[in-house]
Formats: sequence, C-alpha cells, structure tokens
Amino acid sequence: MNESNFLPRWVSIGLIPFINLLLAFFVSGIVIFFIGENPLQAILVMIKGAFYYPGSIGYTLYYTTNFIFAGLAVALAFHAKLFNIGGEGQAYVGGLGVGLVCLALDQSINSFLVTILAVCGSAIFGAFWGVIPGYLQAKRGSHIVITTIMFNFIAASLMVYLLVNVIIEPGQMSPETRDFSEGVGLVQIHKLANYFGISIAVSPFNISFFIALIVSFGFWILVWRTKFGYEVRSLGHSETAAKYAGIDVSRTIVLVMAISGGLAGLVAINELLGVHNKLLLGFTAGYGFTGIAVALMGRNHPIGIFLSSLLFGALYQGGTELDFEFSSITREMVLLIQGLIILFSGALAYMMNPFVEKIYYNYFKEPKNA
Amino acid sequence: MLEMFQICISLLDSTIRIATPLIFCAMAGIFSERSGIIDIGLEGKMLLSAFVAASVTFLTGSPWIGLFSAVVASGFASVIHGFACITNKGDQVISGLAINILASGLTITVGIALFSRGGQTPSLGSDQRFMPIDFPFQSLINNIPLFGDLYSDVISGHNILVYLSLLAVFVTYYMVFKTSFGLRLRAVGEKPEAVDTAGISVIRMRYQAVIIAGMLCGLAGAYLSIAHGAGFGREMSAGKGYIALAAMIFGKWNPIPTLFACLLFGFLEALGNRLQGVELYIIGEVPVQFMQALPYILTVILLAGFIGKARAPGAIGVPYSKEG
Repeated sequence: MNESNFLPRWVSIGLIPFINLLLAFFVSGIVIFFIGENPLQAILVMIKGAFYYPGSIGYTLYYTTNFIFAGLAVALAFHAKLFNIGGEGQAYVGGLGVGLVCLALDQSINSFLVTILAVCGSAIFGAFWGVIPGYLQAKRGSHIVITTIMFNFIAASLMVYLLVNVIIEPGQMSPETRDFSEGVGLVQIHKLANYFGISIAVSPFNISFFIALIVSFGFWILVWRTKFGYEVRSLGHSETAAKYAGIDVSRTIVLVMAISGGLAGLVAINELLGVHNKLLLGFTAGYGFTGIAVALMGRNHPIGIFLSSLLFGALYQGGTELDFEFSSITREMVLLIQGLIILFSGALAYMMNPFVEKIYYNYFKEPKNA
Repeated sequence: MLEMFQICISLLDSTIRIATPLIFCAMAGIFSERSGIIDIGLEGKMLLSAFVAASVTFLTGSPWIGLFSAVVASGFASVIHGFACITNKGDQVISGLAINILASGLTITVGIALFSRGGQTPSLGSDQRFMPIDFPFQSLINNIPLFGDLYSDVISGHNILVYLSLLAVFVTYYMVFKTSFGLRLRAVGEKPEAVDTAGISVIRMRYQAVIIAGMLCGLAGAYLSIAHGAGFGREMSAGKGYIALAAMIFGKWNPIPTLFACLLFGFLEALGNRLQGVELYIIGEVPVQFMQALPYILTVILLAGFIGKARAPGAIGVPYSKEG
C-alpha cells in the first residue's frame, strides 16, 4: 500500500476516506434502487432508527462498544503489519473466560470482585486465543491470516462442544449457561440513571462503553507514547529495519497478538456482562469481522476507530429498523454495506488518490517542485 | 463383516458428495495463488454463485443456464478482486474478505427482494437439477457381491458436476504443470520480474488466473444449489470455501495432493456425521464438533511445519509494480 506523499494531511486522512465511504454508500444505494425501493428513504429510516426513537441512541452506543473493542484489536495488529482476522474467535473464547469466572465464583465471593475478575478473564482468554497464532507466526513461520481464520473455526467448534455438553444449564434445551448471580455484571446506563432519579429509555447500553473509551486512550498511549509502541510501528514499517535496530521481532509479534486478542476478548464483557448475563451460543454475531472494517475505515487510530464504530453502530441499529419499515429490504442490507466499505476503504483505499491529486493540483495549488 | 462393508460404501459415497465443492474451490485457489494472488474469497464466490445458479434456474427452468450464469457471476466477482488487488495494488486479503461479506449480504438481500422467502430460493424440481447419472450395466454388475455396491454407489450414481470436479483436477494439473501457460503462471507467482523481463504481461497473467479461479468457484456454487441441493439457503456455503483453502495448503498448492486433501476432509466430515451418538470401543463417543474442527486443526499443525513444510508461492500477496 502506498500512501500518497503529495497530498496534504487533511486530504489523505480526511477527504479520501470520506470519498471512499460515499462510494460504498452510493453502490449500496444502487442495489436498493434495483430492488425497487427508494435509497434516500432507506437512509432516512436508518438514521431515525439509529438516533430518533426512544432508546435508539442507547442501542447504537451498545453496538458501538463492540466495534471499538474489535476495531482496536485489528488496528493494533495492523500497526505491526499483522492481519488478525481472528477477532471473532478471540471474542468468542473471551466469552468463555467471562463464563468460567462467573460460574466458578459468583456464588462464593463478592459480586463486584467477580465482575472485575470476569473482565480480566475475557481479556486473558482472548489473549490466549490470539497468542497461539502469534507464536506460530513468530517462531514457526505460519501465515497469520490463515492461522487466525482456522482459529475462528476451531473456536466455534470448541464453544459449541462446551456449551452443548459441558457448561450448559442442566435440564434445559438451548445451549447456554445458567444466569450469572444477581449483582454480577456491568450496569446498564438506564438503570444507573434511574438510580439517580433520571428517567431514560431502556437499552442495553452499559458501562462497557466507558471502559472502551478508556481502553482507546490506553491504546493511543501504548502505540504512540511507549517504547513498545515504537517497536510495534517500526516492525510494521520494515521488519528488516526493526531487526537491525535491535528489536526482538518474535517477541514483539507474540506480544502484539496477545494484546490484540485481549482487546477482541473484551467484546464479551459488553455482550455477556452488560446484556445477556450468561454465556450463550454465537453471541459474537460477526462483530469480530466488523472490527476489520472499523479499523480500515478508522485508519488504525483510536479517534478514527471511535468514529467508524459509531457509524457501524448506527448502521446496525438503523438496519434493524429496515425490517419494520420495508418488506423487501432487511438488516442484511447492512452486511452488504459493510462488505462495500471493506472493499472501498480497504482494498481500493488508494484508487482515488491519483484522481484527487490531479484535481487538487490543477485547481488549488501548483506542485512544489514538479 | 458385510455390514461393515456397507458402512464403508456409504461413507465413501458421502465423502465424494462432500468433497466435490471443496475440489472445485481448491483448484480455484491453486490457479489464483500460483499466480501470486491470495484468494480468501473462495467462500464468497461459491455462495454468490450458488445463489445465482438457483435463482436463474428457477426463473428459466434450465439448470444449464443456471450453471452458466453462476460461472459468469463468480467470474465477475473475480474481476472485482483483480481490479482491487492487481490493478489498484490493494491488499489481497482485505479484498477477498470484502467479497465474502459482500456475498453474504447481497445474496440474502436480493434473495428476499426476488422471492420473499427470507433469503431462500424456491425449491427446484428434479427436472431443474443435475440429477444422479447411473452408469450402464448397473443391474448386471450389481449382482457381483461387494464390487456391485461399490460400482453403483461410489463410482456410479453421482451428478455430472461430481465427475466434472475430478476432471477439473486433471485439467488443472495438466494446465499448471504441462503447458507454457502453466509455466508462466507459476513464474508469475514466484518471480514476476522474470516473467515481465521475458515480455509477458504480469497483469494479464494474473487476471487470467483469477478469472479461471472464479469460474471454478462458480461450478462449486452451482453444485451446492442445483445439483447436490435443490435450491439456495442462506449462508449455504457454510465455511466450505475456507476448508477448500485449507485443503489447498494441505496439498501444498499441487492439484493431485490437494485432491486427496479434499477427499480426506470430506471423509472426516462424513465420518463425523456417522459417528454422531456412537459409542466407540475404548475412546467412547467422539464429539462431532471435534471432527468438524479437525481439518482446521490439521492445517494449523501443517502450517506450523510439524508435519512436512507447506511453502506458498514466492511472490504471493505482493502486488506487482514495474518500477519495483
């Protein structure tokens, strides 16, 4: 990938990503048009669904939380030029960490302590699922893309096995654990507001969102303000240069994948501790994959990731509204938009560069030394 | 003993049925990756073409038109992949992933708009599908003990695409290793500069490779929806594209070993289904999830170099630019 050297920063990190996003929406609009619905009306329904109805902003922010964690996970790996497609599996296994901690301890010790341990559990289990592909890449030369894909499937099989055969609540059919005890979990904002006498609409929006913001800030510190972050970015720019600079490449890869997996694992706290209050099948619902789109759009920077998570949160929440308003378009439309965003903001990220460069220099500025 | 034999026969029968789409996709992967283009998008192209095959067949009544459309649609998806990562030098993994997610969204969205059945296509009658072909002299050979069953259940009695997939393996082998096209293809994946110096267009070679790959995925998709199955269901490719990818790596990017890897993975799935709820001697019941995960586990172990070494084509994943 070749970032343009000729354009000012605001064009290359602001305008071009925005044009790519517009292209993705434009193509989605064409699909809606061919289906026989009005694209503008669909957008209006989605915006209303995401922001206007009571509780809808809460839902949007609840989805946003998942995408921040998943996006940061992918982004950290990208900084080291590693492609972690395994966020989905790492989040899923992170959920196992939450589940095991809660099931083992919630009867015996203080529920606040259990919650904190469960949050750690999600990160540790997620990290474990990320560190194996990292280790295999660093020490055995396995391609991390392939290994993380395989680990997604292995995680899915493992979780089905455990949920159906081992940690299922006895005497029930659906593969999920018993509810965690009362008091264990992350408080939902509407309950917190009620406690202070403020009444807001019910939604699954919970304090994991604020944990996600804190983690985002930590991410920024880690990548741009620490020695480790410097090593990670050097490795991302050139492995050879990193080696000559005395950076332990294998160690950095393993650590990056551990932290990346841990970040993905945190998706589980929003879902399980914030909403479901038990471990259940398929709770990750593709959020790990959406994290890839989020990281690409957000250019691997916490602020960009926050904004693109918000966009995807709005798309997911707005997408559910499509089901109610239209007979022929459904929330799967969002999957289509997501695919197009990955295509235009990721694979075709620099398609528009030559075009924009031409316009920019023809109409705005003479090139410095042509 | 005879019962044991019957079980083996039916296992082999389902192995072949399960392996067919894997074989098409794995061959597709070989073409693409031998030219230096990573193809994570096998899954999406298969899903897309399964949908197109079923829809077009339902609308026209002809499975042949359905098959043709599936191949064209999947070839078109490959052109998008090529445009992104050959012409625009984009990231190949990201582009493939985009195609997979795009295919999931597009098939369901268009499916609901066209048929209003929650993303499924209407089921197809037997005259609208590729039905099993019975080989000649079946009744005669059937009388031979043991071999009769083998002949009628394992060798004969599959639809045309099953036989076509085996043909595809040999055609792939021939094209990749015995023609000048194949020599160039492999060279483009190992040392594109050398091919460029020889006056052959790297861009053109890679486009040809990904389009062939797309068309093969089209056959896999058509197999799922208008041959093996009788219509399209949401997410019906169900990770098969990734298993095919694993099989290709397992077969070290060579057609014949890859065929055996596909058959092995097909057999594991067939066996897993068979062993569901069966108590085995000493081991006890083998969890079906373990059998499902086994192809992925084996591939991870192989890639880590614990059983032989899988080496990808030298220039894989690297966009080619003349300036170097």
